[in-house]
Amino acid sequence: MADKRRVIGKALRKVDAAAKVTGATKFADDLAFPRMLFCKLLRSTQPHARIVSIDTSAAAKLDGVQAVLVGQDLPIPFGILPVSQDEHALCIDKARFIGDPVAAVAALTEEAATAATDLIRVDYEPLKSIASAEEAVEHPEPRIHDYGDRGNFHKLIDLEFGDANAGIAEGDMVREDLFFFEGSTHLPMEQHAAVAMWSPDQKLTLWTSTQTPHYVHRALAKVLELPAARIRVIATPNGGGFGGKSDPFNHEIAVAKLAMITGRPVKITLTREEVFYCHRGRHPTLMWVRTGVKKDGAITGMHFRSLLDGGAYGSYGVASTYYTGALQTVTYHIPCYHFQGARAFTNKAPCGPKRGHGTPQPRFALEVHIDKIAEQLGIDPAELRLKTLVPANSLTANYLRVGSMGLGKCIAKVVEGSGWKQKFRKLPRGRGVGLACSSYISGAGLPIYWNNMPHSGVQLKCDRGGGVTVFCGSTEIGQGSDSILAYIVAEVLGIDPFDIAVVTGDTDLTPVDLGSYSSRVTLMSGNAALQAAERARQILAVHAAKKLEIPVDRLSFAERRVYDAKDPKRGMSFAEAVQSAEAAEGTIGTVGSYTPPMSAGKYRGAGVGPSPAYSYSACVAAVDVDPETGIVRVPTIWIAHDVGRSINSAAVIGQVEGSIYMGLGEALMEEMAYRGNRNVVHKIPSLLEYKSPTTLEMCDVITYLVEDPDPNGPFGAKEVGQGPLLPVMPAVANAVYDAVGVRIDEVPITPEKVLKALRKKQKGEPGRHGPESFPDIPWPEPMRVPTPWEGGDGKAVSPGRPAITAERPH
Amino acid sequence: MLRLPFFTYLEPKSLADALRMKADAGPDAMFVAGGTDLYPNMKRRHQEPKTVISLMGIPELRRVESTTLGACLTLSELTARPPDRLTAAVSTAARLVSTPLLRNMGTLGGNLCLDTRCNYYNQTYEWRKSIDFCMKKDGHICWVAPSSPRCWAVSSSDVAPVMVAIGAEYRLLGPQGERVVPAGRFYHNDGINYLTKQPDEILVDVRIPKPNGWDAVYHKLRRRGSFDFPVLGVAVWIQWNRKTVADARIVLGGVASYPQEVPEAGTALRGGALSDESIAAAAEEAYRPSKPMDNTDFDLSWRKQMTRVYVSRALQQLRDRRTTPGLDV
Amino acid sequence: MTSESKVKIALAVNGEPTEIAFAPHKTLLEVLREDLGLTGTKHGCELGECGTCTVLLDGTPVLSCLVLGLACAGRTVRTVEGMAQGGKLHPLQDTFADLGAAQCGYCTPAFLLAAEALLAANPKPTREEIKDALAGNLCRCTGYIKIYEAVELAAARMRGEKAEPTTESLYGR
Repeated sequence: MADKRRVIGKALRKVDAAAKVTGATKFADDLAFPRMLFCKLLRSTQPHARIVSIDTSAAAKLDGVQAVLVGQDLPIPFGILPVSQDEHALCIDKARFIGDPVAAVAALTEEAATAATDLIRVDYEPLKSIASAEEAVEHPEPRIHDYGDRGNFHKLIDLEFGDANAGIAEGDMVREDLFFFEGSTHLPMEQHAAVAMWSPDQKLTLWTSTQTPHYVHRALAKVLELPAARIRVIATPNGGGFGGKSDPFNHEIAVAKLAMITGRPVKITLTREEVFYCHRGRHPTLMWVRTGVKKDGAITGMHFRSLLDGGAYGSYGVASTYYTGALQTVTYHIPCYHFQGARAFTNKAPCGPKRGHGTPQPRFALEVHIDKIAEQLGIDPAELRLKTLVPANSLTANYLRVGSMGLGKCIAKVVEGSGWKQKFRKLPRGRGVGLACSSYISGAGLPIYWNNMPHSGVQLKCDRGGGVTVFCGSTEIGQGSDSILAYIVAEVLGIDPFDIAVVTGDTDLTPVDLGSYSSRVTLMSGNAALQAAERARQILAVHAAKKLEIPVDRLSFAERRVYDAKDPKRGMSFAEAVQSAEAAEGTIGTVGSYTPPMSAGKYRGAGVGPSPAYSYSACVAAVDVDPETGIVRVPTIWIAHDVGRSINSAAVIGQVEGSIYMGLGEALMEEMAYRGNRNVVHKIPSLLEYKSPTTLEMCDVITYLVEDPDPNGPFGAKEVGQGPLLPVMPAVANAVYDAVGVRIDEVPITPEKVLKALRKKQKGEPGRHGPESFPDIPWPEPMRVPTPWEGGDGKAVSPGRPAITAERPH
Repeated sequence: MLRLPFFTYLEPKSLADALRMKADAGPDAMFVAGGTDLYPNMKRRHQEPKTVISLMGIPELRRVESTTLGACLTLSELTARPPDRLTAAVSTAARLVSTPLLRNMGTLGGNLCLDTRCNYYNQTYEWRKSIDFCMKKDGHICWVAPSSPRCWAVSSSDVAPVMVAIGAEYRLLGPQGERVVPAGRFYHNDGINYLTKQPDEILVDVRIPKPNGWDAVYHKLRRRGSFDFPVLGVAVWIQWNRKTVADARIVLGGVASYPQEVPEAGTALRGGALSDESIAAAAEEAYRPSKPMDNTDFDLSWRKQMTRVYVSRALQQLRDRRTTPGLDV
Repeated sequence: MTSESKVKIALAVNGEPTEIAFAPHKTLLEVLREDLGLTGTKHGCELGECGTCTVLLDGTPVLSCLVLGLACAGRTVRTVEGMAQGGKLHPLQDTFADLGAAQCGYCTPAFLLAAEALLAANPKPTREEIKDALAGNLCRCTGYIKIYEAVELAAARMRGEKAEPTTESLYGR
């Protein structure tokens, strides 16, 4: 079976590339049907208000208007997490941010639908609005939601692994730092769109630009009170996702309901401004960290606090909050660790999972914190990191199981490639280099809603003509997931990937895959595809071997042939192999599925952080800082990424470069800005004023692929879509310090902040810009979990506070 | 999808036709050239003409004659001309406008007449409703300065400050006939009434002063090297008399509702060589009246501080150009 | 409101004479996508702030979201659908596909057309010239690098050179 790999690792064209470059790919807004109506949502103009009344009568009478919906028409709440079912398709009694949808219209044209929304009169009774997490801490009332841990806290977490205070006290040095990470948004080039169709046999079909058709399917069934069997969700190829299309959305439910009412297809395409209101992007996060270290850099203990500004709804927020504390432990050995995290509700667009989900913020804090520690200890920051690496195949203090671990190799690559030793602290003023590392999950160990079914399923059908069709619920968002399925099946069956038809993201046709999030697809759907393909190969092999009169284990599958490895001329075409198997057994189809290994942690909250495999990255950023203006430019980034094994190296590099791009935007300019003093309105919901780097800001990227195959990944593959983003922000911050000697403990690192810090330094004050304090938060009693080296078994010894009551709105 | 409202679209083939169509359609009609300013404004319902009269089909507006530039030349056409000292600064400014695609569409005249901008104003109708609108459109208050009787939207043209600095003249044609206005008197420091041009007048062309020893440069500050409007533009014009500054004008863009000339800064330069001291003095003079408001990208105090840096750099460039042989572009 | 009478114009789309009737306030973007069914042209803001709707108008790249359909009477329009000929990809399409310059593919048609116009004017652009020419098109997936490499490779092939992607570009270092 140990054939030379013909597909895996090669830089092949993606299976959807030709459609993408010819404009043939049909995105959701490209769909049109006869008699199709257009939907428009009326959104709240108040950040926090009771809805006293809504008068839709004038809108309903407008020429061309076919239906108008308000909140009462869709009273059942939904939300991505079972613990945060706090959204309604249209606000019922309360609007929670400017942009919250309150009514929906379906009309013959988009123009008529827009005109109709203008005619809807909403009478609001304004409530005090909450513009920031700090304000939410200060003002438990009025509560934005009537559920959550306390006041305007959505979630409060306190987890302690070992005695962190005692551990920290053992350090030769203790360092404390504060950091702030501003919110940012995904900004996919495709604005969300959806088309719903209702058929007279009571079946609903929804085409939508979603990363998670399975969760949309569940939400529709719940809110519309339809049997799931009567609902078909088709995820159209996403014109960029990055996490922003991972929740079930108001507009998806609204068009579905409007299609049911009118019996006609209904389409909605959000405007760019509305995409900002969908958001679910990076949580603005304030962080405090305290670490004890030995003189040689060994960490003796760490205490980390985070305060997340969640925006108006739950979304993935509970998971995001746990993620701000989970992955600190998988890079550098931390023997005892205390994490406290809080998520506040505010009257802004809801935050959620953006590329790196909850981990870029703490990673920024940690990597800048380590840079400061290294300087204080007089150790090169690359050396310090190398000395403290978590070993491969080990368990962390918080019970994350690290498998393959290529971070050491990654650091070596970028240190060598960037000329780190010749540059660090040696460049002329204004120029600098900075180093940072990171790690990310290859899919989450637990599903979003509790169940013990597989996370990914694949069905495979072999055609007697030699073609193969792969069916999988995974969703192509540009990352190449359709291609991964084809490559893996092609490798196992020895056929050309382009002989394979890939059918994905369709709840009627494909087995469930949980969706394109958490960097889970290559590993999970890849493993499912691998299993299905190996099962098909076994079936084909039995009959081919019989026909060739050789033992099964002498067969090779390659170049569309099945043949005797010892005598390659002796064999048959792949199509003939399918035909003999089909003649003997009937139609040839197999299934494969994947369930991640059990997590080692058994404490409450242990569900966030475990993954079948962790990717690792190391990054060196070069910066030029203009000391007169504070303007920072990044000419080059060197990045090494431990992807386990590349399934397609060109696609891996594409993910690395794209991650660097998005990280660079977050590092230097991207910001979800609100005007707290002007009704908490989003300051800049446009592609012009939300600053996404252009070709002229993008840096050169020198990519090194480190391949440290992980036994849990298909062919050893780990994730690449998110991890390489994480080290960019801290590497740039550390490089700015190297260049001009000031610490910007906050992203984005804007010229204003750099110049302020430089001015302070000139005056003899600390050359730093960043947060000054962390508010007092009513943390619950910590849940104490003994570490593995204290003999712990992954369970908590003290329960912490009582389990959250399942308070739900309505 | 954001769409245009309904309107009537007319394509005159001559200036006379254009004026007649405007007269017929009345105050609800507007002229359009490249459309890159007007159409987004119409989609966001800032400007709501019932009739739109395109000037792009009028040959006279697209003429170039030595020092005269037709108003409907696209910005790309302007930058594609071989650079000479005469139009180098104009060309630089034009090349710094927005993106290559928008420069293929947007025109010289359009940039010179660009609607003032403000991030309380350049928002959709629904967004503006959330702040109860603003003085410039549909509301009563200027949110930038709520007690102010006037609108503080910002002049965001790149080319206009250069035209004011070099003393260009604009030729306008209206129902009353033709008039020529110095660029400096074409603009008002008022976010709403920012042009002295009447709505029924057409900007026909721009005359650049004859070469007689002057030089000019333009420096632009913005977040990204593309797309972004200036948050500060610095246009500097110097009339050289051998190595001495005979006369100078410093004009700031992006800090007021019009291209703001700072006469004190010019005075600080007059009569001497461009020394480090005179440059610093002029930069200081320009810094003082520069009053950016909180309605564009970036923090306003930083933008004000940048006036000093950018004016100094512009002057240094002019000095380098004067003293470096062979750089006579 | 819904019964605005249509106007009819003649223009050439991807080399074919086309007559089309549409509501007079429609932009070229809407006419292409909704009235001609050419959905290869995408949109990301409809305000001229992203470059996603780029098409070639008389050979010049413009934003179709800010061009009136009516203003296109008698003119030639080229969209991504016109690039492949006889079932064969345009060299730019080939290199975009091979290098992974198209990830989600949404901004791709715009980049292809802007790049095609660049190469028509400048068959051997430097990396800096490519960046300048594409500075009006946003892409959130690729970080642009694969796009530059694809344009460079296609340019070389269009000049008749036998060019292949670099190893670093496909396999890293």
